[in-house]
Amino acid sequence: MQQKIISRAFVLGDNIDTDQIIPAEYLVFSLTKKEEARLYGKYALTGIPVQESGLPKGNIPFIEEDKYVTLFDIVVAGKNFGCGSSREHAPFALKMAGVQAIVAESYARIFYRNSIDGGFIIPIESKIKLNDKIETGDLIEIDLVNMRINNICKTTNYGLKDLGVVKPIIEAGGIFNYAKKNKMI
Amino acid sequence: MGYTITEKILAKASGKKEISSGDNIWLNVDVLLTHDVCGPPTIEIWKKEFGESAKIWDINKVVIIPDHYIYTKNVQAKRNLELLNKFANEYNLTNFYPPFTEKYKGVCHITLAEEGLNIPGKVLFGTDSHTCTSGAFGMFSTGVGNTDAAFIMGTGKIWERVPESIKFIFENVLPEYLTAKDLILQVLNDITTDGATYKAMEFCGDTISVMNMEERMTLTNMAIEAGAINGIIEADEITLQYLKGKTNKNFEIFKSDSDAKYLKEYKYNSQIIEPRVAKPHSPDNGDTARNLTNQKITKSYIGSCTGGKITDFINAAKILIGKKVCVDTFIIPATKQVENGLQEKRIGGKTLKEIFIESGCFLAPPSCAACLGGPEDTTGRSIDGDIVISTTNRNFPGRMGSKKAEVYLASPLTVAASAINGRITDPRDFL
Repeated sequence: MQQKIISRAFVLGDNIDTDQIIPAEYLVFSLTKKEEARLYGKYALTGIPVQESGLPKGNIPFIEEDKYVTLFDIVVAGKNFGCGSSREHAPFALKMAGVQAIVAESYARIFYRNSIDGGFIIPIESKIKLNDKIETGDLIEIDLVNMRINNICKTTNYGLKDLGVVKPIIEAGGIFNYAKKNKMI
Repeated sequence: MGYTITEKILAKASGKKEISSGDNIWLNVDVLLTHDVCGPPTIEIWKKEFGESAKIWDINKVVIIPDHYIYTKNVQAKRNLELLNKFANEYNLTNFYPPFTEKYKGVCHITLAEEGLNIPGKVLFGTDSHTCTSGAFGMFSTGVGNTDAAFIMGTGKIWERVPESIKFIFENVLPEYLTAKDLILQVLNDITTDGATYKAMEFCGDTISVMNMEERMTLTNMAIEAGAINGIIEADEITLQYLKGKTNKNFEIFKSDSDAKYLKEYKYNSQIIEPRVAKPHSPDNGDTARNLTNQKITKSYIGSCTGGKITDFINAAKILIGKKVCVDTFIIPATKQVENGLQEKRIGGKTLKEIFIESGCFLAPPSCAACLGGPEDTTGRSIDGDIVISTTNRNFPGRMGSKKAEVYLASPLTVAASAINGRITDPRDFL
């Protein structure tokens, strides 16, 4: 697991459900065939209503047209991120789009598990609401050693919650690696 | 110190004598469910991780029920169905219900119940968030992703956090204008979409004691809409009656101890709840049907694991008999059995099917259909500008198709009444 992640932030609201992360019509694509799998990156976060895409201003596309990868490797959101369906295609789509970490106030259980057990992205919980303090486009540094998030543009920084009991699974890179490492399979 | 039903089932499945909420434990899984959207990627991960000679931990415990994208021309959706056929044949899976054959059933959560695969005291994991539906049978059931499912498929085990429980007590007889859907929408309004995140929602009280299994399933089905890990109702005489002739498996019925610890308790008088509606774009954005009576609609939809069971259609038919709908109204039974039931159940001498056809509804074959939007050619899919009233479970932006559509969630009674008037209508106006 890397110690620091630095990138531009893409800021979203509360209750971003899996239909907004990857609309159901795209779930037909293969996650392993390269040409199809990259479409998950292209369509990541396309279910977000445009006025709420990239807060506080909105109307900011997460991925530029004709691109498959985003310029924003960090997503900052409010509470209950990833609620809704069990589709693992959601954290997969964010990963394919190039997202490395999400910082949200809280997560829905299945999305949280999928992100970790599938080794896709690191779901980090913030100690306080941050989607009203960080703006889309702000340059952000996540310090995974000291569990801090630094807003380089605004020279502000905030605490993040410890990864807790799931940290060994994140460090191993997913549940299969974790189980192999611990000789469970 | 006593234990809740959820704690007791998890303790047994983990082989531990004592567990407490917050513990991360490894469970032995009794049933793994998957479908056409998550089955193929689950199989791919399982093959990749366990190698080409991968073994399923127990072929009798893997259940594959294709239901999401069935009646579509979409080539990738067709390919997914083919992949499942190939897999099921290769491994001789008996619990496989392929579309376009005699064995096809329809929506997985209702199929599990009909096929006797929901068994009290057992542990079910499924690659669908509404797997919590099966908790109506006094079992632990919850949704997971493809990776977790692949892990279970190879090992029969998975880790889980033991949840704290929240108790929801409903008292008194449910009036004829209310259904389980109104109760769960009331709960969601009160606790919000993250009000039970990582918690167990336990439903009880004398309203529930007389409820049929389908209505109980509507309650546990929407536990996920509050973020819950599982919804659960203790098995009783009604459960045993339902299971009769469906299973010959041995099972143990667990009940919560009287001194079990709950995080919180909510008590409702079922007599004073009003017909409920969840407004766009969240299941917790609640109001009464009465308050929304001026809200126009363009489409109505009765179907899904939440609102496509025979009880739901009987309720809708009670309202629609002898009336005409004035907006496009879709009738999509959850399963073949429900579809057959539309031709068997009668109200006032007419079959439900006759009632729906005479009132001007569109009938479509069983599947998840437009509950989750789906491919462009999905029956009932919402289009830009649609205002839909639906018996389904979610109304987040874009859920039923267009993200420029609005979805109102309600009971089959309220949806049927609204379809007649073309605006949201309290079903008491027709009862």
